[in-house]
Amino acid sequence: MSDVVEKTLTALPSLLSLDSQPGSGKLSSTSKLGNLIRGITELTSKHEEEKLIQRELSSIKEQVASPNTSMRQMKELMVRAIYCEMLGYEASFSYIHAIKLAQQGTVLEKRVGYLAVSLFLNESHELLLLLVNTVLKDLQSTNLIEVCMALTVVSQMFPKDMIPAILPLVEEKLTHPKEIIRRKAVLALYKFYLIAPNQVQHIHNKFRKALCDKDPGVMTASLHIYLQMIKENPEGYKDLTASFVTILKQVVGGKLPMDFNYHSVPAPWLQIQLLRILSLLGKDDQSTSEMMYEVLDESLRRAEMNHNITYAILYECVKSIYTIHPKAELLEKAAKCIGNFVLSPKINLKYLGLKALTYVVQQDANLALQHQLTIIECLDHSDLVIKRETLELLFRITNAQNVTVIVEKMLEFLRLSKDDYTTIDLVGKVAELWFIETMNTVFSLGGDMMQPDIPNSFLRLLSEGFDSTEEDRQLRLFAVDSYVSLLQGEPGRLPQRFLQVISWVLGEYSHLREGLEPATTLRLLAKLLDMKHTSSETKSWVLLAMSKLCEGPDCVSLAQELSERHGGSLDTVLRQRVQELRHLSEDAELRASVLPRDAAQEPLEVDSSLSFLDGFVSEALSAGAAPYKPPHQRQEELAQAKALSLEPYGLSLPISMSSCSLADRQSPTLLSMSSGLSGNSTDLSHKGGSTTLKLDGVKRVWGKDGYLAQKEPVEESAQVEVPSPLCSPSRQGGADSTHSQTPTPTPTPEPEKEKQQLASSLFVGLGSQSSVCLMGKSEQTPQRFRRKAKGQGSSSGASEQISNSHYSTQSTVDNLLCNNLLDSTVTSDLAVSTPEQTPQLSQEVATTNGTCDAEQDLIEETDPGNSPSLIRANSTVTADPPAHKDPDRPKDSCLSSHLPAELAGLSHSEIIPLCSSQNLDLSACHVQKEDALLLVIFIENSSDSDIECLLFLSQVSCVTDSPVEAVRSLSVSVYQYSLMVKRPAAHVALAGTASYHMALLTQSMLVSCFCLTSLLFLCLGRPLCVSTEEYGTLWLAFSQDTKQNLALLNDGQDPLTATLDVLKNKLQLHVVDIIGAEGIVACRLLQGQPCLMHCRVHAGSLAVWLRSPVPDLPDCLLYHCQRALQEH
Amino acid sequence: MHSFTFHCVSPSCSDQSPLSFPQMQFMLLFSRQGKLRLQKWYVPLSDKERKKISRDLVQTILARKPKMCSFLEWRDLKIVYKRYASLYFCCAVEDQDNELITLEIIHRYVELLDKYFGSVCELDIIFNFEKAYFILDEFLLGGEAQETSKKNVLKAIEQADLLQEVIHVCIAV
Repeated sequence: MSDVVEKTLTALPSLLSLDSQPGSGKLSSTSKLGNLIRGITELTSKHEEEKLIQRELSSIKEQVASPNTSMRQMKELMVRAIYCEMLGYEASFSYIHAIKLAQQGTVLEKRVGYLAVSLFLNESHELLLLLVNTVLKDLQSTNLIEVCMALTVVSQMFPKDMIPAILPLVEEKLTHPKEIIRRKAVLALYKFYLIAPNQVQHIHNKFRKALCDKDPGVMTASLHIYLQMIKENPEGYKDLTASFVTILKQVVGGKLPMDFNYHSVPAPWLQIQLLRILSLLGKDDQSTSEMMYEVLDESLRRAEMNHNITYAILYECVKSIYTIHPKAELLEKAAKCIGNFVLSPKINLKYLGLKALTYVVQQDANLALQHQLTIIECLDHSDLVIKRETLELLFRITNAQNVTVIVEKMLEFLRLSKDDYTTIDLVGKVAELWFIETMNTVFSLGGDMMQPDIPNSFLRLLSEGFDSTEEDRQLRLFAVDSYVSLLQGEPGRLPQRFLQVISWVLGEYSHLREGLEPATTLRLLAKLLDMKHTSSETKSWVLLAMSKLCEGPDCVSLAQELSERHGGSLDTVLRQRVQELRHLSEDAELRASVLPRDAAQEPLEVDSSLSFLDGFVSEALSAGAAPYKPPHQRQEELAQAKALSLEPYGLSLPISMSSCSLADRQSPTLLSMSSGLSGNSTDLSHKGGSTTLKLDGVKRVWGKDGYLAQKEPVEESAQVEVPSPLCSPSRQGGADSTHSQTPTPTPTPEPEKEKQQLASSLFVGLGSQSSVCLMGKSEQTPQRFRRKAKGQGSSSGASEQISNSHYSTQSTVDNLLCNNLLDSTVTSDLAVSTPEQTPQLSQEVATTNGTCDAEQDLIEETDPGNSPSLIRANSTVTADPPAHKDPDRPKDSCLSSHLPAELAGLSHSEIIPLCSSQNLDLSACHVQKEDALLLVIFIENSSDSDIECLLFLSQVSCVTDSPVEAVRSLSVSVYQYSLMVKRPAAHVALAGTASYHMALLTQSMLVSCFCLTSLLFLCLGRPLCVSTEEYGTLWLAFSQDTKQNLALLNDGQDPLTATLDVLKNKLQLHVVDIIGAEGIVACRLLQGQPCLMHCRVHAGSLAVWLRSPVPDLPDCLLYHCQRALQEH
Repeated sequence: MHSFTFHCVSPSCSDQSPLSFPQMQFMLLFSRQGKLRLQKWYVPLSDKERKKISRDLVQTILARKPKMCSFLEWRDLKIVYKRYASLYFCCAVEDQDNELITLEIIHRYVELLDKYFGSVCELDIIFNFEKAYFILDEFLLGGEAQETSKKNVLKAIEQADLLQEVIHVCIAV
């Protein structure tokens, strides 16, 4: 708008009385909008309002669509539509008309059109694309008002993809003669920078021009862009520091036009913007920071007036001073300034004071100490916002000593707060504080008895972190702090596992704590090495942590010293670690590559097949080394050789076995031992306690499916919870004693005392001893002492607790053992009891135990889905005839009569009971047919009514026609299944369920996991009849290869023939040929997979070499050969 | 942990790359009765979200006592509000921002309205809300302070207004 027009028109407004005149609000009430607004205010209910607005909207809708509506009327309609939208009613039909108005209207209508667009649409609305042409046209207009309007709407919203279309035009405006246009152009570019930074990269130098603009408004606008760019890349703009400092100096010095003053403070917004920029530039950069000290000082000094705006500047100044490289003098002034905020009676300033304290307290904890009482007051402030901010502050100063009080306060607040977001945030913080603290307790109490999983998963959690990096940092920092203070105390009392965790965390994260010298940490860690009780495993954790930390000359000498002291250690691992430490401390580069910082969460690539050792292995083999044997094979051999007498350990071994699962047996020897023990279980539990194998804390944590994690938390919490009631009275008592010990001449009023006590518990452990403290020393010392006493109290309580839990665990184990080894029918009753019975049963058992742990265990035990180990143990025992005294023998003969006629002539295994319920008994046997192995299941109905039973077994196919069959009263029905195994394996388990209807109820029970071992192979294996030549060809073709020595039977004249005969009879092998001391044997599985065996008598034993195309077959066959020979 | 950030609340911006936002995220004017008088959003949000936010905030702020602090934390934003007669002015800024300067932005806006309308009252804003928007747009643009000189803002508004008058005159003639 040209100045000429401006001047001519200045006189006009007074002549006009149209609705747009300033201050004419009341006049426009005659307009349609006015009628609408008045209409609404007269209404009494929401419902009436809704009706009125809907009427209004439909009328607007009708009018905007009418071709006769003029643009002027359209403007009026848009205003009404905006009003309706503001009230919360949708007027989306008007959006397109708003765009049309902006496009086609004259300037005044355009203005409303643009406004409506900016209010109706958001950045991602598709209609916005229709605005692009209008904006383009208006940017090229000669009418300044139109250009301004276009730039205004562009600065608020513009489709990202269309930026290139208008960018040149906007850029052009940066050199426009009118400052208002330049200013708006800068802001439009700022907007572009925010939504699409890449698009405006090439015009960075034009931004510099804007920064140097003679108009302060344009310059101020350009700072928005700079702040953003410097935030992202402070390094790139260091050269501008001097310019920013100069500008700030001029502003502070009052060099700007008076127009920019706000309540006689020169351009406060500009000042604040510059202070923000400077703090970004000066952060972690001493030389840049030095350039700004003077102007910051000046700003602090000038902002003296008691007005909100000066406080706003002061706050920003303080923040800058604490962000940039510190200067003592400035810090002192800033601290005083924060004091003014905190002590101000104005609540807004107090709030900002707390916020500032929160910001600086990590650098200067003493500042919080100075304002203890104010903080305590704020903690009880009636305004939740203040309270919340105080908690935030306390959160930052939490340490191991005040965590309990602070968490207590946070929880107190949580009870008051109703806001979800705050709750989420605060709960997170409480959890964070508690997490470390609780884990500390868990580690200290659980000690070395706990499962290795717990420390492992704790460390994993810590290293993987959560969603936010800042939270992770806080958590790790807190852990570091807490561990450092633990190590400074009496680390000798800490359990080994906890020490290992501490070492790892310190090694990994102690660099997060500023001001903590690596050498300090190293010395703390080195102390652990010298302690008598530190195990060598822990020592190697410690040394590894030290290798991570070794930095600087201090550390090198320390490493040297350590390597001299421990280099001669008998423990090779330790020696290696010490060597590593020494080398890594000397070579920083190597350390960085071997132990990169913060790399804990990065996955390591592990070559699990150890293929890099292939060369080594083949070399060793060719040099005559014995081939590798899988562990179970080795164990077999040991057992077979009977080289080791198991007698002294006889009792303890089955205990550890049964505490896992009997079915997990690897060795038949062990198994028969455990079953042999089944008779005298009471005796066993008694002796179990006195065996040398330590059973302390042995819980039933490993099941067939791995770690039984569910019950862990229960026990943990039980352990953790107990100490807290123990320690609170002790603290109470301590507090009382101080009270009586310090009879002050001027008695403090009671509430005041409370506050002081709260303060001392909140601020304990902050800052140095000599720091300013309102409590005075006399009170602080007993406080610390008290703390310590409390710690001891709780730990003694804890050890009590541990011994308690040992006791209960012990009894749990015993109970389990009893149950495990109970008479088999009882066991299977327990195992197959219907769901209704199960809890009740376990309840009963639990009651007799008196511990809830046991209940937990039992529920798991009897839960059919989870852990079928009991049953399996049972049937395994059955599958091992010599060790089993079969109570069901008479039943066998009676059931065998039920075998179908076509199977009656074939050989069948003994019939073993699977499971039973009140009325149903399930038994099974297998029958060998020429071409198949059949599993026959007998269902015996002992009730006096018919039961319909549906049997389902996994892995097998049913031969009998219908799987559903009514089992007649007091009769037996028979099912046949054909067994096929896909891969040979030493154990095959079959599982299934039987559902049956009885008394209208559908019930189901678990059909035992039917575990076939050697029998399976015996039944599936068939002789493979080949000639010696064929054998030779096959031998070369097979890849799977196993070598092993077997026992040679010495009862006959020819040991080789005798041995092979036994194998032939027992395992249905085909002896192809025997030549001298060598023999070749062949067999196949039912499905036809062959296995060849080459035997040679060598040094009193039989060296066998097996080959097969199937991976597990040689191992499997070998296993059965061993068993067969052993049983012979 | 609890990364429920305000920016991601909006479904309308979920498909975009993470953006930077202006200092001020939105401004609301509402009456003591909880009626919205003005709303300006500087971040892209869906209608639904806008309604939810204004409803929540109006409720929260109206429940606060007069002597209480002018700032409050809401989600991950800082809300700065002030009551002028029967009208509440409320701004949302990021948590790290300077609350006091935001308070002064509100005050400066009220000064501008006062100067323009001549001792402004709630009715002026109700009946001439589009004017109130025009003034706001000259003062804050895209969530940032555009022009802090009172004189310059009013000059810009008056120029635009004057132009309107000229055209009105022309049409009338």
